[in-house]
Amino acid sequence: MHPFLLSKVNDPAEAITAHAQDPHLAFIAGGTDLIGLMKDRAALPERLLDINGLPDMARIEALPDGGLRIGALARMSDVAVHIEVRRRFPVIAEALLFAASGQLRNMASMGGNIMQRTRCAYFRDENPLPCNKRRPGSGCSALHSLNRNHAIFGWSDACVATNPSDVAVAFAALDANVIVRGPAGERSIPFTDFHRLPGSTPECDNALERGDLIIAIEVPARPEGRASHYLKVRDRQSYEFALVSTAAAIATEHRLLRSVRLALGGVAHKPWRLTAAETALCGVSLDDIAALKSAIATSFRDARPLAHNAFKVELAQRAALRALRTAGERA
Amino acid sequence: MVSTGRPASNTILEASAPDAAAKMAQGAGKKSVRMTVNGQAHTITVEARMTLLDALREELALTGTKKGCDRGECGACTVHIEGRRILSCMTLAVMQDGKHIATIEGLERDGKLHPLQVSFIEHDGFQCGFCTSGQIMSGIAMIEEAKAGWPSAASADVREPFTIADLSDSEIRERMSGNLCRCACYPNIVDAIAETAGKS
Repeated sequence: MHPFLLSKVNDPAEAITAHAQDPHLAFIAGGTDLIGLMKDRAALPERLLDINGLPDMARIEALPDGGLRIGALARMSDVAVHIEVRRRFPVIAEALLFAASGQLRNMASMGGNIMQRTRCAYFRDENPLPCNKRRPGSGCSALHSLNRNHAIFGWSDACVATNPSDVAVAFAALDANVIVRGPAGERSIPFTDFHRLPGSTPECDNALERGDLIIAIEVPARPEGRASHYLKVRDRQSYEFALVSTAAAIATEHRLLRSVRLALGGVAHKPWRLTAAETALCGVSLDDIAALKSAIATSFRDARPLAHNAFKVELAQRAALRALRTAGERA
Repeated sequence: MVSTGRPASNTILEASAPDAAAKMAQGAGKKSVRMTVNGQAHTITVEARMTLLDALREELALTGTKKGCDRGECGACTVHIEGRRILSCMTLAVMQDGKHIATIEGLERDGKLHPLQVSFIEHDGFQCGFCTSGQIMSGIAMIEEAKAGWPSAASADVREPFTIADLSDSEIRERMSGNLCRCACYPNIVDAIAETAGKS
């Protein structure tokens, strides 16, 4: 790794000011993504600010109204095994347990999880290749090369990368909020607006500005929370990023879908909500496979697969169907 | 096409490769760290960029912890911090000030191996041995996680309580997936862990 300085901070206001004033400073919490990026020279901060000492930010609160407040410094494993997370929102616990490995889940913070950068091999390569996310204006190596793992929705000629977070897919489906504090005070960003599409500026992964510190992720009480499921499809059964994944959360009445929340991972630069399918699925019986399939298909009319990932269009629809049916067993 | 014109907020791009940092004298960025390793207090003075793995191996001569991929992909560098299994290649030594760290060298008690070490020998849980210290450190902590009621991706229903009696072979395989073995001793590793978990 390149040489850098590291200091510690115990006061959020100090952390925010330092980050706002210093464009070469990066926060570090678990470090499991940042240290890998630094080893690959895909991030070269001059100064690191260790935020692990910020008070009260590792707390996981089961709110009296049925919601959750997850501190940004809570570790993935602590959230995944929390009994109220598992009971209220199994989709969140499952998304976390299907991610990374036991060791990495013990290290990685929740704030860092939703900040993790794409696993696109061209972005991560130790030997710099054209990549607009890494060096704006250098081109996209994946657009016309190996793009089996890349996006089928929302990509641009500048970038076809996908977001690798599993739990972000669950948060998007549940309309969670990211609580962010910056130089101008605290604000709440709807999860579906947190990550952005690449457009012409793929170097920007999300809506954060310099000086912004993620404080917590809030999941509002949802009637669909308990009947929820995360399904992850990958090349090997464990310790692998998703080819496609689905977060499904439903409410039913006599096997009829009354309310559906559905999001995909591994298909876009951000967790991809299937809003058209959510509407089309309302009133459909969980036992009417043909009707479920055609309702899900309404969200795939604008799919734009690349040369090597057309299989994702079919795979994602099957994954969505299976996730819905498993969630249905919990309703 | 409209560019927002703002710099990426969450990353420091390669384009900003810092001359200042490159010029930083090797000693200028050094920090003193106090760590308790296998019950023994140590103070080391290291650069911020040194991983915990390199500090254990190079500064404390504890070479039982192995450097496999150095990218968080293989698990060979697994140690415990405050009793939890972590990857020592993916954390910095200077972030461990005041922490308790356990490595493979600290498992032996009064000349006797840890039960999981004994079990690895009995079940032939290794061939070349390079991944073994990571496998054993991971396995010990994994058994504790299962005892504490942590579910895994292999658990039938995460909403239900998990007990050590639910620790099937497929549970062990899932929970140990962060430790690769290129000799493919997996069946014997699973047997060794299952036996130790059953006895404990």
